[in-house]
Amino acid sequence: MLQALLHQLPVLQIVLPLVAAPIVAAFGGNGRGWMIAFATSLIAFAVAATLFAEVLDGSVISYHLGGWAPPIGIEYRVDILNAFVLVIVSGVSAICLLYARASIAAEVEEKNHAFFYATFLLCMTGLLGVTITGDAFNLFVFLEISSLSGYALISAGAKRDRRALTAAYNYLVMGTIGATFFVIGLGLLYMLTGTLNMADLAARLTGYGDSRTLRMGFAFIFVGIALKLAMFPLHLWLPNAYTFAPSAVSSFLSATATKVAVYALLRILFTVFGFDSAFEANVLRLIVLPLAIVAIFVASFVAIFAEDLKRMLAWSSIAQIGYMLIGIALLSHEGLMATVIHLFNHAVAKAALFMVAGAFMLRAGTTSIPDLRGIARDMPWTSAAFVLAGLSLVGVPLTVGFISKWYLVQAALTQNLWPVALLVVLSSLLTLTYVWRITETIYMREAPAGVRRSEAPLSMLIPTWIFTGLSLYFGIDAGLTSMAASRAANALLGASNLFWQ
Amino acid sequence: MSDLATPALIYFAAALVTPFIRWHIARAIFLLSVPLVALATFAFAQYGAYSNLPFFELHLTLFRLDALSYVFALVFSLAAFLSLLYAWHIRDRLEQVSSLLYAGAAIGAVFAADLVTLFVFWEGTAIASVFLIWARRTEGAYHTGLRYLAIQVGSGLLLLVGIILNYQDTGSIAFEHMELGSLATWLIFLAFGIKCAFPLLNNWLQDAYPAATLTGTVTLSAFTTKLAVYALARGFAGTEILIYIGAAMTLFPVFFAAIENNLRRVLAYSLNNQLGFMVVGIGIGTPLALDGTVAHAFAHVIYKGLLFMSVGAVLYRTGTDKASELGGLWKSMPLTMMFCIVGALSISAFPLFSGFIAKSLIVSASADTGHFIVWLVLLAASVGVLEHAGIKIPYSMFFGHDRGLKVKEAPFHMLLAMGLAAALCILVGVWPQQLYALLPYPVDYAPYTTDHVLTQLQLLFFAGLAFAVLIRTGRYPVELRGVNLDIDWLYRRFLPNLFSRLSSAIRALWQAAARFAAGRTDRALVLLFRAHGPHGLIARAWPTSSMVLWIAVLLGITLVLSYL
Repeated sequence: MLQALLHQLPVLQIVLPLVAAPIVAAFGGNGRGWMIAFATSLIAFAVAATLFAEVLDGSVISYHLGGWAPPIGIEYRVDILNAFVLVIVSGVSAICLLYARASIAAEVEEKNHAFFYATFLLCMTGLLGVTITGDAFNLFVFLEISSLSGYALISAGAKRDRRALTAAYNYLVMGTIGATFFVIGLGLLYMLTGTLNMADLAARLTGYGDSRTLRMGFAFIFVGIALKLAMFPLHLWLPNAYTFAPSAVSSFLSATATKVAVYALLRILFTVFGFDSAFEANVLRLIVLPLAIVAIFVASFVAIFAEDLKRMLAWSSIAQIGYMLIGIALLSHEGLMATVIHLFNHAVAKAALFMVAGAFMLRAGTTSIPDLRGIARDMPWTSAAFVLAGLSLVGVPLTVGFISKWYLVQAALTQNLWPVALLVVLSSLLTLTYVWRITETIYMREAPAGVRRSEAPLSMLIPTWIFTGLSLYFGIDAGLTSMAASRAANALLGASNLFWQ
Repeated sequence: MSDLATPALIYFAAALVTPFIRWHIARAIFLLSVPLVALATFAFAQYGAYSNLPFFELHLTLFRLDALSYVFALVFSLAAFLSLLYAWHIRDRLEQVSSLLYAGAAIGAVFAADLVTLFVFWEGTAIASVFLIWARRTEGAYHTGLRYLAIQVGSGLLLLVGIILNYQDTGSIAFEHMELGSLATWLIFLAFGIKCAFPLLNNWLQDAYPAATLTGTVTLSAFTTKLAVYALARGFAGTEILIYIGAAMTLFPVFFAAIENNLRRVLAYSLNNQLGFMVVGIGIGTPLALDGTVAHAFAHVIYKGLLFMSVGAVLYRTGTDKASELGGLWKSMPLTMMFCIVGALSISAFPLFSGFIAKSLIVSASADTGHFIVWLVLLAASVGVLEHAGIKIPYSMFFGHDRGLKVKEAPFHMLLAMGLAAALCILVGVWPQQLYALLPYPVDYAPYTTDHVLTQLQLLFFAGLAFAVLIRTGRYPVELRGVNLDIDWLYRRFLPNLFSRLSSAIRALWQAAARFAAGRTDRALVLLFRAHGPHGLIARAWPTSSMVLWIAVLLGITLVLSYL
């Protein structure tokens, strides 16, 4: 029985939240919705952790949906890389849901709570689906599930600020354009090969060799995903979306949505296309690398001057995505390792920071930076979490941020890309500047006279500190993350036949 | 957890507990016990390397005990104890916690056997110490602190880059002797140099130290720069360029110190000059010279702390540390005066005081190795030390013009701290063998030969004579601001003292350069803000159409690249 259940784990990962969503929508009144959603996310996390433990040794689980063998049927394929991402997504969901209860009660109208949690579960389903599936079209479907529910989640911020609606609408239009590009590219590949299973695509593409259709397909898919992961200058949807979304949603999406898009990019670039022609390397070296560096600097400057804490964090996310893209563009084992580790590291640090912003929102009613003067006096624990998670963002040793920057700089140096390494280190100073600005405001400025704000409730403090704690723990004992990242990088490079190696 | 064992941890643990001890006397006693407990953990341990900690691909060694690290850790512990005793009256928990963290980080850095651990503690000293400046809680101190922090953290950043590059080059992060040659080692050297206040990299020191709280200055003077001296001695002993850097360092602060009116700043310049001697010793790199450096660092921490304490005590009682507002305090603060004079005699290297037995080693080493010019410079600098630190400090506070200040003697705990430091200065001066026994190399050196003593005394007496003459004729710059000389008269009748002319020219030039740089920075910031500010071109919310344009552009570029 247990054995049979274990075999079904890959599909359970998706089906559970998918089925739970309508249940929550139907019966989720009076706080039941939160409970069901939270329980579901815990089970999903347990499933993901089990899968991760199973593939940790480098094996691959292939699950055939409905018993139909690929390439006709849909295949769920779990290897170390996506098991790692599954753990991140489901873990972040569980912790964010724990946090959401108090935060959402304040930020979203009561009558919408059931729908909110149902949408949350759907979004989680979509993100897990993108990660677990081995079928390119199925990936598109899940991407759309997660995006559509993401738009709805963002618009839930409308009670606090009506601009959430336009932000969500803009994101909807832009996101849909990205998805369209992705599906056009996929169509081109299907035209060429007649298959949609990724492993099969990879094999057949090698067989068919180079063609214009192939290159066209690559360009469309690349640009489509680049939009989803907010690659500069396709980031225009992100700042408003994260600023106006409810705090729990900002925290959840910033830690998962862009990360899953980065994962999808890795999968397409390395597993499907497999790097057997020079043009892919060209695109990475001549487009992604410079844009990523520009993104880091430009977005950090905007963050430095931002007047709103959540907006600052949103721009900081754009900069951090730059680091991940640099890792990919370096096209080496170490570079990929840096990217995969940074996926995790940035997820925990940024989730903690957005949670702090949410706690400020709850108690002070605002995230406008000047209005947060001296708030550390009233909310010491929340403020301390901000400083620690902020240090991780900067990349101070003994935090996770240092580990990813260390690998990234190493990767750049082994390829003699001096300027890149130097710029990465320099950009940490900019990060330090914007983290410092907040620290100074909340600790050193006098609080406005007569204003008292109480400390955030435990149900929000605990999740915040879980993430903060994780970002410190894995900064000191990076064994697990770096091993997983190293094996994931091996798997990616092993699957592709890098022609210059 | 034994992997993490380093005496620094005791300080950090204590810093965690300190804020929660409510009764301030209990807190002060607890604070005083910390350096002693930490000292006990390593004072009797076997030399060796402990605490190997795997840190992803690297192996960190947090606790390396050998002769070099032992002496520095010992004197840091003593300094921590004395400065905490001196700060007995302080109730401010921020200052107490940061003192502990600062001392702990410095000791942790001294025990680090690998560069990554060194880096962590290196930045730790920077971050902990800035709170000693901020604890003054004035707007000016806040900005000074920020400048200080930027430079210190910058030094750490250079160190980090250097470490990474060095790891690329050699595949090792062990903190051992390095040769200048690659970019990596130059960066590390520069990082050490900033903290050691090399000429032109020294401004943070004179800027920040006088700006701290009066007890904070005492603490600050002990650790940061000596940590840099330790790091240089460990990493770059025998690097020739250090001899010339050190010689320049001994000489040029003398001019500034002579015309400075703020006594704590005078001491900061003098601190810089003393560091020069140590840097010369490191540069020469023979066993005798290195022993001299270590001995001098040991003696220096104590007597410089003592001098800062005496100026602090005067500041505590009178509320000022300006030479032009002080004078004639010998009647009201006789004990402080005595201790200050012991410190002054030590720093001027009078025989029977600690400076003499330490500095002699370096000066002798420079002569032995044939660096004649350097030897002359060191002698000249010694004269300068006597002028500004040995005579000017006690003279302007306790003698000179009696300003009619009626104050009480310094509080008991300050006197006790100064007394202990003074006793150490004399003990080490009279029985140098105790200190020599601790040094990294076996010392076969007798400081008290007729030759040494006579040379030194001649030097000192002539320097004293020169001071007396200058004071008599009213030309010593310490009087410039105090005595009501007509500026006109000064310009026409006497060429102003060469020192002050030269140094004010340099200062003006420096200020002009700083203004120019500041102006440029401001303009760049305005431009940056225009583009990146909340309503700037980039941060603005853009309509969806612009996104469509971008995606088309990107697709176009990608396609072109793909078809190439």
